[in-house]
Amino acid sequence: MTIQLLRSDVFLNAMASGAIAAVVAPLVGYFLVLRAQAFAAESLLDVCFAGATGGALLGVSPILGMAVFGVGAALGMGGLGERARERSVEIGMVVSFALGLGVLFLGLYAHGSAAHANAGVSVLFGSLLSVQTPEMLRAAGLGAAAIAGLAVLYRPLLFSTVDTEAARARGVPVRLVSVLFLVTVALAAAVGSMAVGVLLAASLLIAPAAAAVRLTRRPGRALALSVGLGLAVAWGGILVSFLWPGRHPPVGFTISALAAVAYFAAAAASRGRYARRGRTVIVGDNAETGQRSHP
Amino acid sequence: MTGLRELLAYSFMVNALVTGSAVAVASAAAGYFMVCRQATFAGHALPNIGFAGAAGAVLLGVEPAYGLFAVTLLSAVGMGLFARDLRERDVTVGVIMTFTLGLGFLFLALYSGYAARVYGILFGSILGISAEAARRSVIAAVASLAVLAFLYRPLLFSTFDPELARARGVPVRTLSVAFLALLGVIVSISVQLMGALLLFTLMVGPAATATRIVKGPVAAIALSAGLGLLYVWAGILVAAMSGTLPVSFCIATLSFLVYLPVRLFLGHPAGGREHRRGGDVQRTNHGATA
Repeated sequence: MTIQLLRSDVFLNAMASGAIAAVVAPLVGYFLVLRAQAFAAESLLDVCFAGATGGALLGVSPILGMAVFGVGAALGMGGLGERARERSVEIGMVVSFALGLGVLFLGLYAHGSAAHANAGVSVLFGSLLSVQTPEMLRAAGLGAAAIAGLAVLYRPLLFSTVDTEAARARGVPVRLVSVLFLVTVALAAAVGSMAVGVLLAASLLIAPAAAAVRLTRRPGRALALSVGLGLAVAWGGILVSFLWPGRHPPVGFTISALAAVAYFAAAAASRGRYARRGRTVIVGDNAETGQRSHP
Repeated sequence: MTGLRELLAYSFMVNALVTGSAVAVASAAAGYFMVCRQATFAGHALPNIGFAGAAGAVLLGVEPAYGLFAVTLLSAVGMGLFARDLRERDVTVGVIMTFTLGLGFLFLALYSGYAARVYGILFGSILGISAEAARRSVIAAVASLAVLAFLYRPLLFSTFDPELARARGVPVRTLSVAFLALLGVIVSISVQLMGALLLFTLMVGPAATATRIVKGPVAAIALSAGLGLLYVWAGILVAAMSGTLPVSFCIATLSFLVYLPVRLFLGHPAGGREHRRGGDVQRTNHGATA
């Protein structure tokens, strides 16, 4: 019975699309955490909500809708403010408008049909168990684009993240890099949302990377660890949900719970290690991280 | 005009407008401090965390507002007590928020017929606000305004210059916990109307707009309360007349449409910037002497 469940198409499909999301999201998430842009990611996810419901309304694939809306919002957000402090309010405004738009689209779409209403729930909390092959291929394509973008941006992005001023002085186009990075975040957010929904995508986008950053400080190692943790969280969540005796808990819940466990375990582990050296800014202000890592 | 009179004949409309007004004024006043304290993320996270409480209450057969109130208040106090600096808070709060959203999803999945309840809690509804709930929200709003008035001076001081405030013996930490708890109370009364996902529109929108238009905290709070009332009334009436537009969408759109031109044409926030610069200078001096 259990073996059959594990060989079913539903399970294998879920594992495959979970894997796509669990590779793409944590890679991008690593830089999000280093740059302390968790809130920006959160807002792009909310924009994805409007994209997915808008897409559903127009009959377009949800993930494409998310990607289009997300990239548009990333460009707009990048164009808006320079100073991080001000940006948190601006991001808040974008978030609330995007959510409102999503509510409108969903209201129009779900009007009168129970099946459509459930589609809204899957946008919010994920649809890992019902991802169709074409949607999975689109996710793989968007994910590949995000990873390619990240590979191109890697050096200047890391440099401007660790030490913005020095990077600017050496001629790195800091502003452009940060806008392009937000675009890759939007793509990763779309891929992550396909798996666990816009509300829970942070469990793949932020949590594994935040855990990895607490465990190691070398970029290469941290990136690999983020992906490893992401895969463990995603696959572990799917397995727990499938193997749970009795009524299966939703995959979105098991994945977000494992992600929280991973993050807090890593935080607890690192607290002991860093306590001896004094408090180091791990998820820190760009300049500050730079100063403290090169004393 | 006759349309308006007909609408007001429905008791749920009156209840929605009463609740909306109470919520708008309290959120706008608290929102001013939230915007100035750069605590937008907390305002976004609290209702989302509260979602689990509301969903759990639905599962247990208790009224969602109580579950929401308990969880929001608890997490607000926890957030204020355990998070040391803002950066750390971002990620930790994000992870907790995502987990609790997942938990809420689990509760609602266990509860049969969940889609409608999910929508009700996440997006709010003007329907079904009882007279009792309206009365409760007015009392809670007045109480939070009173607390805010009581804390006004020290809160303002610790918002704009935490270092100096601490040096002068203002209990900055306690104030920050109290403020978050206050946010929790306001969130609990707003959620039925605005929904967990969008209620922070009412906190951020009017305050962000007001701080760009006028200088001085009293004027900014008054203006933001006025804008909040305007958004809520217009949003509820437009939604009720259209029949299909969700209230939260109308309110969010209005607040965005007012904010955008103000942001584009009125430069930087009035008031806040200067104070904050003063704070920075203070901090650098502090660093130099240390």
